[in-house]
Amino acid sequence: MNLTVAVGEVDRPSLPSTSQAGPAPKRIVVAYGFWIFLLSDVVMFAALFAAYAVLATATSGGPTGAELFDQVSVGIETACLLASSYTCGLMSLAVGSRRRGATYLTAALTFALGAAFLVFELSEFTGMIARGATPQRSAFLSAFFTLVGCHGLHVSAGLIWLSVMMVQVAVKGFRPTVERRLQCLSLFWHALDIIWVGLFTVVYLMGVRP
Amino acid sequence: MEIVTTLCSRLRLTSWVCQRDRVSVIVLIGASTLSGCAEGVLDPKGPIAAGERQILFNSLGIMLAIVIPTILATLGVAFWFRHSNTRARYLPGFTYSGRLEMLVWSIPAMTVLLVGGVAWIGSHDLDPGKPIADTIKPVTIQVVSLDWKWLFIYPDQGIASVNQLTIPAGTPVSFELTSSGVMNSFFVPQLGGQIYTMAGMTTRLHLLADHPGTYRGLSAQFSGDGFADMRFNVDAVPAANFEQWLTATRNTGQVLDTQAYAELAKPSIAVAPFSYRNVAPNLFKSILSTRLQPDDQSRLSQAVEQRTQK
Amino acid sequence: MNVLGKLSWDAIPFDQPIVMGASAVMGLAVLVVLSWVTLKGHWPYLWREWITSVDHKRIGVMYFLLALVMLLRGFSDAIMMRGQQAVAAGGAQGYLPPEHFDQIFSAHGTIMIFFVAMPLVIGLMNFVLPLQLGVRDVAFPTLNSVSFWLTASGVLLINISLVVGEFAKTGWVAYPPLSELQFSPGVGVDYYLWALQISGIGTLLTGINFVTTILKMRAPGMGYMRMPVFCWTSLAANLLIVAAFPVLTATFAMLLLDRYLGFHFFTVGGQGNPMMYVNLFWVWGHPEVYILILPVFGVFSEVIATFSGKPLFGYRSMVAATMAICVLSFLVWLHHFFTMGASADVNGFFGVMTMIIAVPTGVKIFNWLFTMWGGRIRFTVPVLWTIGFMVTFVIGGMTGVLMAVPPADFQLHNSLFLVAHFHNVIIGGTVFGAMAGYNYWFPKAFGFKLDERWGKASFWCWLVGFYIAFMPLYALGLMGMTRRMQHYDDLNWQPWLLVAAAGAVVILAGIVCQIIQLIVSIRNREQLRDASGDPWNGRTLEWSTASPPPAWNFAILPHVDGADAYWALKEGKPANQDQPARPRKYEPIEMPNNSATGFVTAFFAVVTGFALIWHIWWMVGLGLFGAFVTVLLFAFRNDEETEVQAEQIARFDRTHQLELVV
Repeated sequence: MNLTVAVGEVDRPSLPSTSQAGPAPKRIVVAYGFWIFLLSDVVMFAALFAAYAVLATATSGGPTGAELFDQVSVGIETACLLASSYTCGLMSLAVGSRRRGATYLTAALTFALGAAFLVFELSEFTGMIARGATPQRSAFLSAFFTLVGCHGLHVSAGLIWLSVMMVQVAVKGFRPTVERRLQCLSLFWHALDIIWVGLFTVVYLMGVRP
Repeated sequence: MEIVTTLCSRLRLTSWVCQRDRVSVIVLIGASTLSGCAEGVLDPKGPIAAGERQILFNSLGIMLAIVIPTILATLGVAFWFRHSNTRARYLPGFTYSGRLEMLVWSIPAMTVLLVGGVAWIGSHDLDPGKPIADTIKPVTIQVVSLDWKWLFIYPDQGIASVNQLTIPAGTPVSFELTSSGVMNSFFVPQLGGQIYTMAGMTTRLHLLADHPGTYRGLSAQFSGDGFADMRFNVDAVPAANFEQWLTATRNTGQVLDTQAYAELAKPSIAVAPFSYRNVAPNLFKSILSTRLQPDDQSRLSQAVEQRTQK
Repeated sequence: MNVLGKLSWDAIPFDQPIVMGASAVMGLAVLVVLSWVTLKGHWPYLWREWITSVDHKRIGVMYFLLALVMLLRGFSDAIMMRGQQAVAAGGAQGYLPPEHFDQIFSAHGTIMIFFVAMPLVIGLMNFVLPLQLGVRDVAFPTLNSVSFWLTASGVLLINISLVVGEFAKTGWVAYPPLSELQFSPGVGVDYYLWALQISGIGTLLTGINFVTTILKMRAPGMGYMRMPVFCWTSLAANLLIVAAFPVLTATFAMLLLDRYLGFHFFTVGGQGNPMMYVNLFWVWGHPEVYILILPVFGVFSEVIATFSGKPLFGYRSMVAATMAICVLSFLVWLHHFFTMGASADVNGFFGVMTMIIAVPTGVKIFNWLFTMWGGRIRFTVPVLWTIGFMVTFVIGGMTGVLMAVPPADFQLHNSLFLVAHFHNVIIGGTVFGAMAGYNYWFPKAFGFKLDERWGKASFWCWLVGFYIAFMPLYALGLMGMTRRMQHYDDLNWQPWLLVAAAGAVVILAGIVCQIIQLIVSIRNREQLRDASGDPWNGRTLEWSTASPPPAWNFAILPHVDGADAYWALKEGKPANQDQPARPRKYEPIEMPNNSATGFVTAFFAVVTGFALIWHIWWMVGLGLFGAFVTVLLFAFRNDEETEVQAEQIARFDRTHQLELVV
């Protein structure tokens, strides 16, 4: 142990690079870890995208994407999600300046827009199921419902998380843990947005090409 | 088997030979058991299997040239630089050498270059889907893997057989393969490599038996409880005998139509070979379209019943 | 509608004496352990110090222990298979009917890969990484505990399947359509899927945790090119976990949707595509191979450098080779099914890519060789495992490259040659490496060394047993015997299978020796005690702290000036001694609090998994709700960290110094 003593005593010379700066502060570590998680989530979506791409034409005599997708409704849905990303960004600013009222307001807006997105998605699903286009109908529909539904589940999880975080802000205030979690939440929300952009392109734009 | 017996008697006769010779004889026995009587991949009976074995040997040879010295060097270096060896030089500073690094990267790279060449050329030469160049017109056989047996349809001859594949020796055989449900792998080691059979998809395989004989065929992809009995014999017969066999088959057995196929498709284990005198046209195509899928949830209970009956 | 879903008394196989016997033995063993703990009153200690511990060292030890216990389970499956194939020749059916034999080989593969090999390497990484990096814990200690307990949940579920219901009869890869409801209507595949989904989440969280730890939490001065090689190989392995496991999760999710909701991803009907499963499975599966092997490459690097008494040869090459393997491992998955009928170009490409991976692997072998060159090699147990590995792994690698040649693979695919090959690399690589690591770091974890004699006996039994058990399988593969055969008609195969069975018995002797080694070492721990904290004359930072290390690992974070930090320090020691030592300035350390979150979440995961397998929907809801509430409670707790007083740290250091003087 006396050897470590010697180590401890060495006066720290100026470190030549950031990679030698020692353990990062907790804020950085948490955000970094969450980025890695998002990466893994994107990989999972990539697998679902791949499955969708493989099965996109496997309609088994059932309806095709061109027959099913309503681009106007999906367009509004997309607008809701993109707008919620904007309000989520505003929320980050409000948190940054420790303004509680503004935080609640922007969070509520984000929640409402996210919920609207989900309502559109659910109405699309129920409409399709009513027309007999169930996920059991064909491999294409299985892949469609899974890919889009998985994103929807993520949005739902995000809404629950957002609600919990607002309770935490109310109960615990802007303490470091809460701030770190809010930071992760906004990363999550924006990531969902990015995935949706890919999803919108692959499923709803490319899917209706004649 | 004969080879081994001969060798064994030789071994007894020559029991006076020195230790080293005996070792080599034993190695020979080992090799001949493998190749001589095992009906395995080292005993090819057709050009495809022979080509594959050649590639196996070539790649093995290239790699052994580097693997054996590496193993010996590992043991040698470890032994020489043991702590108690005072004659070995201690070189704690020997941690980097540009030249050695160069060598260290280039040795495996060169080996891989050679084996990679073998692999690339080999996969094109021995592509299962590539027809065998021959003046004789190939025989087409459609293969369907069922639970748990093999169906062989001869579309041009209008007959079919189960768990028994008869082919003319010296004539290329062109296989089209699919599965009724579960995936299997069609494999006749002595004639050539395997290929999967998959429902809704066709795979292609071309084989040729040089000489008449009976070769073992089996499924190489686990497919459920009856998997171990998914065996069949490949009878390669002289061309004249093949015609005889065709005539004989046309005169016996049932007709394989959709109904008979549905009956056949029910799970059964260790089915004795039999044949159909006629086959409904396009049966293979409809199997392929998976319209004849036995969509039966009680499939396994059926299999159990079959086994108890057996 | 039954309250218990599909569950009824019929689920318990009372009519199968082998299953019931095995279950009884297992149940009895669990009961004995539990009642011993209860009688001795160890529960509070276990709860406080182990079950709720978020200390990476404790979690690492628990991972390793879990793996060793499951090794016994997986190995009994192996012995049963070898026994069956040794007798079921000609017309004989052996003692295991197909439906039982099929479960055994599926369980053997699943357990050995997911619940032995994975926890072995994750356990080692858990214990070693923060110590080598010179930090106090991983990035997310509580998450680490959750990871462990989720893995344990998977283990529990797979063992429940022995008694309640059945396990998958599809092989450990569970290819559809065989694994679809149509062909596997029982709960076996569901056990397989849920056990792996739950433990898979644990593994993914571990990957995220370790990547963050390695990239963001290193001692001051430890730049990337100063990290010990074990840290590099662990980084590569964990990057692979992060990039590969989500694919497995998605693939299994699709199969689950097929089975539970009638989707058509991989079904024969509805234009599903079973081969997509095979592709996706191996997109995960091949990187998984390197997840298992890369960390032990690191172990061997540490062991060989330490016991040769010199730094690793070609450190930069090693790092480059590791990262090359990491990237390339995603470009070779198709070699697991060359026989699918892809075009010659596709097969050729994947064949050549596979071989290219052999280049960095070969570089590693040579670098270890040159590390030994000019060294003073002490033939301790870890070194024996390492040299055994180098010889064995080269053979396994060679047969692997052989099967990467597509035309050769057409003949060898799915044969016992393949079985011999992957056992050659997994036993010769991962298991040997884990054993080397176990013997190497055990004194660090517990403060005393493992017995050398029994360790060597164990090594030789394993090595010899391995060759006797698996060389015949190479021969059998060349003779055309495929894997997973419950019986066979060719009597020529039987002698080889008898030899293989004998080999398995020799390996069993190796395992027994290992158990004896542990017992003997615990009994003789006072003679084997290592007070210095550095029993092997080590090179990396873990040897600079006490054995076992205090909860905070390092009283003052070490400052690193180069590679092999601790070695450099010891070399420079005389110069330092001239200067009078200034008194150390101890500061209080914030340590994360224990947390039951992991254990409780895992409890609810088991409840949910079991309920899903048996379609007990109300219980599914209950389990999910319980897990959610647990996480909420964790999120709302107020005291996250406890401060360890400077005085306490100073006291620990002083007593430790005293030990050194003695």
